[in-house]
Amino acid sequence: MSRTPTAPARPGPRSVVSTAAALAILVVLLFPLYWMVNIALQPGEGLASTRWLPTGLGWSNFSRALSSQGDSLVTSLVVALGAVVVCLALAAPAAYGLAQLGLRGSGTMVFSTLITQMVPGIVIANALYSAYVDLGLVNSLPGLILADASLGLPFSIVLLRSFMVSIPTEVVEAALVDGANRFTAFVRIVLPMSRNALITSGLFSFLFAWSDFMFALTLNTTDDVKPITLSMYEYIGAHVSDWGAVMATAVVSAVPAAILLVLAQKYVAAGITGGSVK
Amino acid sequence: MAVTATTSAPAPATGGAAGPARGRGRRGALPRWCFVAPALLYMLAFFGYPLVRNIVMSFQHYTPRTFFTGESPFNGLDNWRAVLDNPLFKDSLWHTLLFTLGSLAGQFLIGLALAVFFSRRFRLSGFVRAVLLLPWLVPMVVSAVVWRKLLDQDTGVINTLLTDLGLADAPVHWLSSPSVALLSAILVNIWVGIPFNMVILYGGLQEIPRDLYEAAALDGAGAWRVFRSITLPMLRPVVTVVLVLGFMSTVKILDLILALTGGGPADATQTLGTVTYHMSFQQLDFGQGAVVGNVLILVSAVFAVLYLRANRADLGQGK
Repeated sequence: MSRTPTAPARPGPRSVVSTAAALAILVVLLFPLYWMVNIALQPGEGLASTRWLPTGLGWSNFSRALSSQGDSLVTSLVVALGAVVVCLALAAPAAYGLAQLGLRGSGTMVFSTLITQMVPGIVIANALYSAYVDLGLVNSLPGLILADASLGLPFSIVLLRSFMVSIPTEVVEAALVDGANRFTAFVRIVLPMSRNALITSGLFSFLFAWSDFMFALTLNTTDDVKPITLSMYEYIGAHVSDWGAVMATAVVSAVPAAILLVLAQKYVAAGITGGSVK
Repeated sequence: MAVTATTSAPAPATGGAAGPARGRGRRGALPRWCFVAPALLYMLAFFGYPLVRNIVMSFQHYTPRTFFTGESPFNGLDNWRAVLDNPLFKDSLWHTLLFTLGSLAGQFLIGLALAVFFSRRFRLSGFVRAVLLLPWLVPMVVSAVVWRKLLDQDTGVINTLLTDLGLADAPVHWLSSPSVALLSAILVNIWVGIPFNMVILYGGLQEIPRDLYEAAALDGAGAWRVFRSITLPMLRPVVTVVLVLGFMSTVKILDLILALTGGGPADATQTLGTVTYHMSFQQLDFGQGAVVGNVLILVSAVFAVLYLRANRADLGQGK
C-alpha cells in the first residue's frame, strides 16, 4: 500500500480516539464472521441460546463438517489451483503481447477484456451447459476448471498488462540482440520481473475459483464434482437445523480468504484497485 | 454482441503477417500474435460464444426433451412473448433495480465514509483497513449462509438483540416476510460490498495532492467545505469507476440471493439473475432463460457504456 510521504503519523489524543473508533468499526463490521466462528465452536445445539463467547471450545462441529465435506474441500482445492494454472498460462503471455509487442488492435482487445467483466456468469452458464453436454464436459473436473478460469482471466490480463506496460522495452530488446527469441526473453526476463503482479493475479484467480458457486451449481448434475460452496448450499437445504456443522463448514471455506489476507496483505489491496481502476 | 465484433478484429492483422513487419518489430507479426492467441481463443469460447449463443437460444424452443432428442426448433418470438407476459419477469426487473440501486447507495456511502475516516493518520489504520477486507474476500455463499443464521427470526442474534434492547416488540421476519426479504438481501449485500468501495475510494483519496488541502486550510475553509470543494470534485473519476463497476457486479448477483432466500418468500427476492437460473436450470426451458439473460446483458450494457466513457482517458494512454 503506497503511502504518501507527507504528513507522518503524529500519535496524539486525536490519534487515540481515531484508533478506538477504527476498532469499533472493525467489531461491528466483522461481527457476522465472529458469530460464524462462535457458533462453530459451540458444541451441541445452540439453537436459541447461542452464547456470546464460546466457553469451552468444542471441535465436534468441525469433525462432523470435515467428515461430510472433506471430499468437497479437496475438489475445491483442485479446481481452484487448476483455474490458477489456466489463468496465468493464458493471461501472462497475452498481457505481455498487449503491453509490449505493439500489436495492431491491442487497444480493442484490452477494451473487450474490460467488457467481458460485465457479462453475467449465469448467461455464460446458460450457453455453456448445452455445449458442455455435447463435449462431455458436464460433471467433470476439467470442465469446471476451464469455466472457473473465466472468473479470473480478464482480471489477470488487465492487471498484468497494466504492470507490464511499465517494463522498459530496452530490457527485452537487449536480450533479443543477444540472440534470445521472443519466447525465451519472455520467460527469462519478463516473467521474473512481473513476479509481484503474477502473485496478485494468481491469488485472486484462486479466490474467485474457490468462491465460485454458479458454475459449480449449473455445470454439475451429479455428485461427482462438488466444490465446498455447492456442498454447503445443499447442506443448508437438507440439515438447516444443524447450524453448528453448517457454520464449521462456513469457517473452513472462509479459511483461504483469511490466509490470503494474513500472508499477502499488500498484494490484496493492490489487486482490488489494480484490477479494476487501472 | 459488441464483444465478438471487436475481438474478431485481430483476424485481418494475422492475415497480414506474411507482409512486411510493421513498426519496430524485426520479425513478422505472427510469432508475436502467438502470445495473445491462446487467451483470445479462450475468451472467444467462454465469453464470445455464450453471448452469441444466448441470442440464438432465445429464439429456440428448448424443453427437457431437447437433451435427449437434440432438437431445439426455432420458434420466433414465442420465448420473448412468454417472458414479457410473465408477471414474475416484471417483478424481477423491479427487484433487480431496487436491489442494485439500494446496494450501491449503501455500499458507496459507507465505503466513502470509511475511506475518508481511514485517510486520517492514526495507529493501526493500515491493519484495520486490511482486516476489513475479509467480508469481500469470503465466498458470497458463505456470507449468505452466515447471514441466514444471523437474521433467523426465532434463533437469530439480530432479533435477540433488537427485542432485548426494546427496539422491536416482536421478532422481525427478516427472510420470511415478502415485504422485508428484499431489504434484508440489500443489507447483506451492502455488508459484502463495503470493503471494495472503501479500498478503491481510499486509493483515490491518496492521489489527491496534499497542497490543495493546505491551501484550503490557509484560506480558513471548514471540513465540510473542503470535502465538497476539493475532495468530491477530485475524487469524481474514481467515484464513477467504483459505481459503474459496482453496478455491473451487483446487477448479476445470483449466489447471495439463492443461498440467502432462494428467491423467496413468494418470489419477493427474484432478480433477473435468479429468474434466468430458475427458467433454464429448474424448468429446463433454456430458451426463456436466455431471454431473461439477454435482458440482463442489455441492462448492464447501458452501464458498461458509462464505464467505458469513464475509462476512455485511461485507455487512451495504454499501448
